[in-house]
Amino acid sequence: MAGRTLFDKVWDPHVIEELGDGVQLLHVDRHLMNELSGHRGQLEIAQRGLKMRNPELAMGTLDHVVSTAPGRRGGPAPWAERMIEIFRVESARAGFPVHDFGDDGQGIVHVVGPELGFTLPGVLLVCGDSHTCTHGALGALAWGIGTSELTHVLATQAIVQQKPKTMRVRFEGTLARGVSAKDMILALIGRLGTAGGAGYAVEYAGEAITALDLEGRMTVCNLSIELGAKIGMVAPDEKTYAYVKGRRYAPKGDLWKPALAHWRGLPGDADARFDAEHAVDCAALAPQITWGTSPEDVIGVHEMIPDAKPEALAYMGLEAGRPIAGTKVDRVFIGSCTNARLSDLRAAAEVVRGHRAAAHVNAWVVPGSQRVKREAEAEGLDDAFRAAGFEWREPGCSMCVAANGDRVEPRARCVSTSNRNFVGRQGPQARTHLASPATAAAAAIAGEIADARAL
Amino acid sequence: MDKFAVLTAVAAPFPRDNVDTDSIIRIERCTGTPKEALGRYAFEMVRYLPDGADNPDFVLNQPRYRGAQILVCGEFFGTGSSREMAVWALAGMGIRCLIAPSFGQIFYGNCFQNGVLPITLPPATAAALMRQASDPAAGPFSVDLERQTVNGDIGFEIGARRRKMLLEGLDEIALTLAMDAKIADYQAADRERRPWIHFFRNP
Ligand code: SF4
Repeated sequence: MAGRTLFDKVWDPHVIEELGDGVQLLHVDRHLMNELSGHRGQLEIAQRGLKMRNPELAMGTLDHVVSTAPGRRGGPAPWAERMIEIFRVESARAGFPVHDFGDDGQGIVHVVGPELGFTLPGVLLVCGDSHTCTHGALGALAWGIGTSELTHVLATQAIVQQKPKTMRVRFEGTLARGVSAKDMILALIGRLGTAGGAGYAVEYAGEAITALDLEGRMTVCNLSIELGAKIGMVAPDEKTYAYVKGRRYAPKGDLWKPALAHWRGLPGDADARFDAEHAVDCAALAPQITWGTSPEDVIGVHEMIPDAKPEALAYMGLEAGRPIAGTKVDRVFIGSCTNARLSDLRAAAEVVRGHRAAAHVNAWVVPGSQRVKREAEAEGLDDAFRAAGFEWREPGCSMCVAANGDRVEPRARCVSTSNRNFVGRQGPQARTHLASPATAAAAAIAGEIADARAL
Repeated sequence: MDKFAVLTAVAAPFPRDNVDTDSIIRIERCTGTPKEALGRYAFEMVRYLPDGADNPDFVLNQPRYRGAQILVCGEFFGTGSSREMAVWALAGMGIRCLIAPSFGQIFYGNCFQNGVLPITLPPATAAALMRQASDPAAGPFSVDLERQTVNGDIGFEIGARRRKMLLEGLDEIALTLAMDAKIADYQAADRERRPWIHFFRNP
């Protein structure tokens, strides 16, 4: 018998019932909620006269619609305040905590879940947000769900799902200096395309993945959905267990040992087979940046803008055949569930120190959570950014999705550490270039797209 | 949920690849617009001119495609954000069936929850249907879910369970609630097996 993959080992114990035709009813161990999708599901179950089945397996935080302005106390507008209030009231009624303003646990769901030890290796975790794949970095099985599925989870603590196929991507070799997790995953998406992972649960492996810290692994897993896959995972290892240990909701006392023993059995067997395999040579990798309106439209920062997708080039205001470096930028956004953790802010601050942002650039840093913000401030990162002319803001999704009114102006060009460069994503007619924190910081300093290593 | 059996309707061509859910429904419409009101905002960035009038270049604004209930799409339709409002908006503008070589995975699942049938076909077959939908002489399409065919002779697969759900207009939550005893049994056993899952907040 062929060995079992990490995916199999996490998926199989969650099966409550076979529903036929490859469809299974699975147990949801962890339900992570935010105000935007969460309140909608809460209203739906209330309307159906149902109750939340297992509030003890849920937690909430505020991210999409909160203001990120310094000194903020709530949403940017009355509708946002109403949404937040519904979420607070319904969550309190159901009996699970919402990590509100002033709590370390307020921030982007995918930053906060792992940070609080809510996300653990081997759990099945869902959230009404497509970047739930991020949590796979700890060896969890995690994916994003829509409102109907969210309502289903609230009412039943279970989810109906077809088992996906499996893919393994090996990142071989060692990253060059100044090249990061974000560059690894962008390069992969460039190679396989945004539908390359469709229908698969992807496991990221290889020495370059093992070498990453947990935050870097989260960045890689975060963009699984941009690869077309709902699920991305990394096998847990000693770094993972050390990361989890001692966090607010992590197993403690008598529960730690059996949990750890269980987790150590999760990595796939050496002879496990995958439905598809790919490899990426990391030694040859340069910092990446997108030029179009899909995350697959990506090149090295020293490369030429390709002669492709004329509509995307027109939208982006770019000319084929010219180098992408040197393209003037108006805004820089360092934030989002992809790259707003402490290590990301450190990488950006390192580039920024001793420089000032170009006068025409409006650059923002939006920490992923209150905890990230507090820890960054303890290290003086906020001062480094402020001294360089960046704005230091409060945690939330902010300009990644422009749901809270933080937006890029029409036709303005923004280098963003987020995950989506879709038409209008950061605001109507906004032009987004996705890149790593170091590359984004370099763009702010140079006032144009630049290689951070040359600064 | 409306039952889906046979649909005979105008099919409109929408030959764009990687249409993301952000462009199907803008984020501002997901923050409080009632479900029933979303239809008029579907594809709003390309559907209307800056002054709010209908953009004549947008396919569903063209007289022969008004009232289309089938959309023939490019590769990987519905990629991106999990927002179910994308399906609500499409359904709100009358779309009941989508045909594409591939779909965004979360979007695909969301369709079934709302009585919208997403049909995956091989690229060449989808391209032929795209040409047919663009041909002024071609009549309406007919989609038969019972027999799993498009226009009589093109077969498609969607899985027995999902087919049944759509044909009978079943509600997944009601079906799972009927299995609650199984969920309770699972949890009782799991509390022994993996106690750290269940007792984490009050050690
Ligand atoms: S930061 Fe952006 S991608 Fe991440 S959860 Fe928020 S809106 Fe979604």
